[in-house]
Amino acid sequence: MPLLDALPLAASDSNLLAARELMAFTLGFHIVLACIGVAFPAIILTANYLGLRRGDADAMRLARRWSKVMAVTFAVGAVTGTVLSFEFGLLWPEFMERFGDVFGIAFAIEGIFFFTEAIFLAIYIYGWKRLGGWAHFASGVPMVVTGIGGAFSVVTANAWMNQPQGFTLDAAGKVVDTDPLQVLFNPAWSYEVPHMILAAYMVAGFLVASVYAVGMLRGRLDRHHRLGLLIPLTIACIVTPVQIFVGDVAARGVADHQPAKFAGFECIQETGPNQTEYIGGICTDDGVKGGIGIPGLDSWLVGFSTDTVVTGLEDIAPDERPPANTLLHLSFDTMVGIGFGLLALAGWLAFAWWRRRDIPRTDWFLRAVAVSGVAAIVAVWAGWIVTEVGRQPWIVQGFMRTEEAVTEADGIWFAFAGVMLLYAALGTGLILILRGMARRWREQGEGDEAETPYGPAATSEEASR
Amino acid sequence: MSKADAAAAILWIGATLYAVFGGADFGGGLWDLIAGGAKRGERPRARIQRSLTPVWEANHVWLIFILVVLWTAFPEAFAAIMSTLYVPLALAALGIVLRGAGFAFRKSVDSLPAQRALGACFALSSVMTPFFMGTVVGAVASGNVPAEGNGEAFSSWIEPLPLLTGALFVVSGAYLAAIFLISDSRRAGDGEMEEYFAFRALSAAAAAGALALAGIFMLQADARYVYDGLIAEGLPLVILSGICGLAVLAMLMRGARRGLRPPAALAVAAVIWGWGVAQYPYLLPTSLDIATAAAPGPTLTSVLVVFGVAAIVVLPALGLLYTLSQREIVGESSE
Repeated sequence: MPLLDALPLAASDSNLLAARELMAFTLGFHIVLACIGVAFPAIILTANYLGLRRGDADAMRLARRWSKVMAVTFAVGAVTGTVLSFEFGLLWPEFMERFGDVFGIAFAIEGIFFFTEAIFLAIYIYGWKRLGGWAHFASGVPMVVTGIGGAFSVVTANAWMNQPQGFTLDAAGKVVDTDPLQVLFNPAWSYEVPHMILAAYMVAGFLVASVYAVGMLRGRLDRHHRLGLLIPLTIACIVTPVQIFVGDVAARGVADHQPAKFAGFECIQETGPNQTEYIGGICTDDGVKGGIGIPGLDSWLVGFSTDTVVTGLEDIAPDERPPANTLLHLSFDTMVGIGFGLLALAGWLAFAWWRRRDIPRTDWFLRAVAVSGVAAIVAVWAGWIVTEVGRQPWIVQGFMRTEEAVTEADGIWFAFAGVMLLYAALGTGLILILRGMARRWREQGEGDEAETPYGPAATSEEASR
Repeated sequence: MSKADAAAAILWIGATLYAVFGGADFGGGLWDLIAGGAKRGERPRARIQRSLTPVWEANHVWLIFILVVLWTAFPEAFAAIMSTLYVPLALAALGIVLRGAGFAFRKSVDSLPAQRALGACFALSSVMTPFFMGTVVGAVASGNVPAEGNGEAFSSWIEPLPLLTGALFVVSGAYLAAIFLISDSRRAGDGEMEEYFAFRALSAAAAAGALALAGIFMLQADARYVYDGLIAEGLPLVILSGICGLAVLAMLMRGARRGLRPPAALAVAAVIWGWGVAQYPYLLPTSLDIATAAAPGPTLTSVLVVFGVAAIVVLPALGLLYTLSQREIVGESSE
């Protein structure tokens, strides 16, 4: 089989690339659904609260329809999350063998949060008719708490990979003791965890709002669409300035804790003060080519003084430097650029609201909101590229190299191809189904009896059996 | 009981709950698969869908629980199993994706051809997933997973005992599903469906019993350590399982439709615990025992604490969900 021989199927460095690509692809897919799972419940409950409190039928209808959307996205998120749990073992068995007992503690806690979320999500989604209004609302509140708790547990496990601590190794490198609190509250958790939770609220908020912005651009200017735009957009816009602040703290944290990663995404070659901050450009061994440079700004951002010394890649051992610096640099710039773009959008909405108690009266605002959801997702992907590629060549910073962790199994490239096809079908199916639901709802109109929640049970004799 | 033993017990509790509740959800998929054409299978499929909809995701979390406890408390065993049995595990993961997506998508489309295709996807993967999980368990029991990992990728599980275990997983899931669906049909006042699933429970019970018996003979040949444990320390559990299985069979034949669930669940649970007792103190017979594989003390303590919290928080919540869905206060009709 000459064709098969040409494929790099069994060589282990080829395995490393295949396993990393597979992990990145499945994580990138799941993270979108995870963001929705973490933050959508709060958006739905806000609409539900307005519906109950003010007797607002439009808000109530939105909450109800959104919960049906969440039923589908949560199911897909649950299975793509399960795939990741399998991949830990299937792709990185050596990592799990050596450190599963350390960072697994965070995942064990995540298990409780995920369990509780799945249970109350089911009660909330399938309890619209026969639970009383406020009892039903209350059944949704645990979803908000468990979403945040679950995000904490998973992201702190990743933070631990960046800033590992809380374990003792013997001479052979085997973990012989652990300190669970040190693991959970490692130095990186305090900026990674809030950064991701806020990102989840931005993704979910801008994404849901973008759907209604598209509807309004198509001429559906009723109150239903306005509210559908405003509830998630307000939440996302409140979160955005906080996120910019947290992101700034996170970048300084990385500069302190992981100078190689910081030098990688800022393309700093030589250690020293007065470092130039480059926006865009290509990383070369002689510094950035083609970007816009602002002298001294990089040093100032790290230490609030242009005299701040920032480590350059020259002081990092060649085999410990992160790869693909241009990718890192542009990913970082993409994330930050989108963050500021969304901040501008938030400012625009705040200004219009302050002056006229209304959204800006131009289609350009709606167009901006329409792309904001996808933009927020791209920012999250870019951020994870910075975190994960920037940590390379380490899987556990300073303790284990990714190449030591990877599986020896054959056929990872085949698995990668298969998973790409499967997830392409999954993503397409998800979008088609959500569009189909939206189309049915539009045809149904606003006053459908089957949608009235909390009414006398339509099939009460069935319930009484 | 050492902390490591307690962590192993937690793993087994998780496996038992997954086998009973997750297994029944898989079994529902099997009955959906063989319910016949769109017209003939309409009612049983509707019954299965109503029963599964509110609970299947919560039941699925037991699998995550098992994976996490295994890799946290016994990382060496996790790595050995994953690096050896990656083929059936990857196929099980594929089945999980197809099943979850197929089920969630089917409810949300309105064209019949799309419903059929997604339904087939859900139903086929409901058979495939437990089958491959069963081969993993069978391969572990056969001692085909070396402690250092990277064992035989194919011959470790393409053997009579793992394949039979796979079949046993599928059939016992179908058995539990049919038993649970009898109760659900009765509560909905659907006498016809009650009889429909009673007949299927009876067939599945006979098949599961036959496979379990065949399994004991195969254990004798291929998994001597587990076999020896099963006819010694594990014998009371084997007998308990047999008694429960026969009791359910007798009740079904006499037309009893109540009180079937506890003995049916116990019959399955007793086999799982029988297996655990039989291979004790090994996690991977006979190359890796619980004490050797165990994580450091503080990690084990964390796992025990997490389980304690889960018992206080998750189990009552799960009970609430089951109660609300049994009474159809929470369910598709009140979506």
